[in-house]
Amino acid sequence: MSFYPLMETYAEGLPDARFDDFTEQDVRRAINRTTATVEDFMALMSPAASSLLEEMARKASRLTVQHFGRTVSLFTPLYLANICTNHCVYCGFNCTNRIHRSMLSLEEVDAEGAAIAATGLRNLLILTGDAPAKTGVDYLEACTRVLNRHFPSVSIEVFAMTEEEYARLVRAGVDGMTMFQETYDEKLYAVLHPKGPKRDYRFRLDAPERACRAGMRVVNIGALLGLGDWRRDALLTGLHAAYLMHNYPETDIAVSLPRMRPHVGDWEPATIVSDRDMVQFLMALRLFLPRVGITISTRENAEFRENILPLGVTRMSAGVSTAVGGHADETSGEENTGQFDISDARSVDEVCAALRSRGYQPVFKDWEPLFETRGEGI
Amino acid sequence: MSKDTFEIGGRTLTSRLFTGTGKYGDDGVIPEVCEASGSEVITVALRRVDLESATGNVMDFIPEHMQLLPNTSGARDADEAVRIARLARAMGCGDWIKIEVISDNRYLLPDGYETVRATEILANEGFTVLPYVNADLYVAKALVDAGAAAVMPLGAPIGTNRGLKTREMVRILIEEIDLPIVVDAGIGRPSEACEAMEMGADAVLVNTAIATASDPVMMARAFGRAVRAGREAYLSGPGAKRVLADASSPLTGFLGGAA
Ligand code: SF4
Repeated sequence: MSFYPLMETYAEGLPDARFDDFTEQDVRRAINRTTATVEDFMALMSPAASSLLEEMARKASRLTVQHFGRTVSLFTPLYLANICTNHCVYCGFNCTNRIHRSMLSLEEVDAEGAAIAATGLRNLLILTGDAPAKTGVDYLEACTRVLNRHFPSVSIEVFAMTEEEYARLVRAGVDGMTMFQETYDEKLYAVLHPKGPKRDYRFRLDAPERACRAGMRVVNIGALLGLGDWRRDALLTGLHAAYLMHNYPETDIAVSLPRMRPHVGDWEPATIVSDRDMVQFLMALRLFLPRVGITISTRENAEFRENILPLGVTRMSAGVSTAVGGHADETSGEENTGQFDISDARSVDEVCAALRSRGYQPVFKDWEPLFETRGEGI
Repeated sequence: MSKDTFEIGGRTLTSRLFTGTGKYGDDGVIPEVCEASGSEVITVALRRVDLESATGNVMDFIPEHMQLLPNTSGARDADEAVRIARLARAMGCGDWIKIEVISDNRYLLPDGYETVRATEILANEGFTVLPYVNADLYVAKALVDAGAAAVMPLGAPIGTNRGLKTREMVRILIEEIDLPIVVDAGIGRPSEACEAMEMGADAVLVNTAIATASDPVMMARAFGRAVRAGREAYLSGPGAKRVLADASSPLTGFLGGAA
């Protein structure tokens, strides 16, 4: 199976103007629906909904507390390497950018892991650029085994892989994968990814599905908002998530809502996605898929992250450094080798204190690993 | 009323309200919730327990006297549930285990077949097994054979607060199954918990409705009282255990002689 044909059907029937066809009445109906349809989801993201944001917020907030409680799972990314063979025009790791390239040795991975674990975090997202020859499956497998000493949950945000490769990583202890489609607009995608393996739109689009098949416990998708028309990308992200939830009910599906951030390259985003737009998408998604996980990264600033908490957020990153080796060695971040600039540079303790002051419980551990070897003999 | 106790796994329980530990904005409220509710059994998701954590652990907030009921939340099949149960025991969480096998993250409905399988394995290993299932008579019968210590049918899907949608099916389980019936999931209001008890359920488990209330402690107290009220109603009335209650004086007495 693949989301591709379904996406094409939606994309064809989706000239941008259609979002303007919705009325406030359509939006009201969508808000009051027990189970929102695709049409309702569109209405909730249409310009007509912008005057009804408060009503959407009430429902989004109620649904979130009902399904997730007043809890937010915390994780942090660990950049293992910034070596990349791709030319994504919007990314600081783009292989044409002249930044210092490095990858962590297993000893360094262990040291980074220990430094992060000391902050209390128990859920780690490991990232690399796209350089399978250097930081391929063998390397990720070895890193995971090292990191599982410190973390009950290790997820990956790396290049798109085959189902067998995902299955290998699941066996090694990886329990989640994040894959951003960047933009669902296939033509624009080709422009933004002029060269390199990531150019293969379809292979990337189907990667989350391959990960579901391979037995990943959590699969997180997203579009980088601002690359193309945000409404269109947001809609297709939601539909992609719905497709995965429907076909892989045993997998926890989550959606990230990253917005473009300043970076080392000189490319500027096509659209500015305002705070209002972002909030509308977040709430529309919550109303459309009440049980989907929603992740907000430190690309967003502290104040905004706190304000949108009740509207549907279930996961957040904290204590983030996007530089390779930036956790154990604090000076390594200074060379500006990070993938993008973060907006919320607070420590884990500070994020936790802020969550608690707003009546939310930070959740550090949300999975008990079930490796065969651990279970044996018990 | 003071002698109205019931037994699960050799432990005598006075309170018929089981509580949970998930979804609280602050775990620090758990001791007060336990006290206000009067509950003696508390469920905790093993996936969230972190004994190595330096930053606090839900277990630190559970009062000593509570019967711990670790659950296998996150298990997608019987094998995972079995492994979680064994881990729970190895971590010192005791022998009670609530089996939750859910391979459907959209609706969170329990998989009856895998639940029976896990129950059989764990009961044989000496666990006190409380399986969470759909209100299905055949699954419940299979659980009895598999060695379950109680049966926990859902009132409505987890976290929906929709109440006793499975009323008629739960009623049948109460009538037919010779194990404690604990209505689990879906109960959103004290009145619904009260109704389950009036029907003759042995206990109810309430987590979301208490944890997500604006004032969880007050809501816990309300649930404690509602459960007691429902139980008293059940004990004092003709009871719902038999739908066809015996008439208090024979309706055919006027015919004279043996009917
Ligand atoms: S987005 Fe990923 S693949 Fe593209 S250049 Fe950056 S690191 Fe490489």
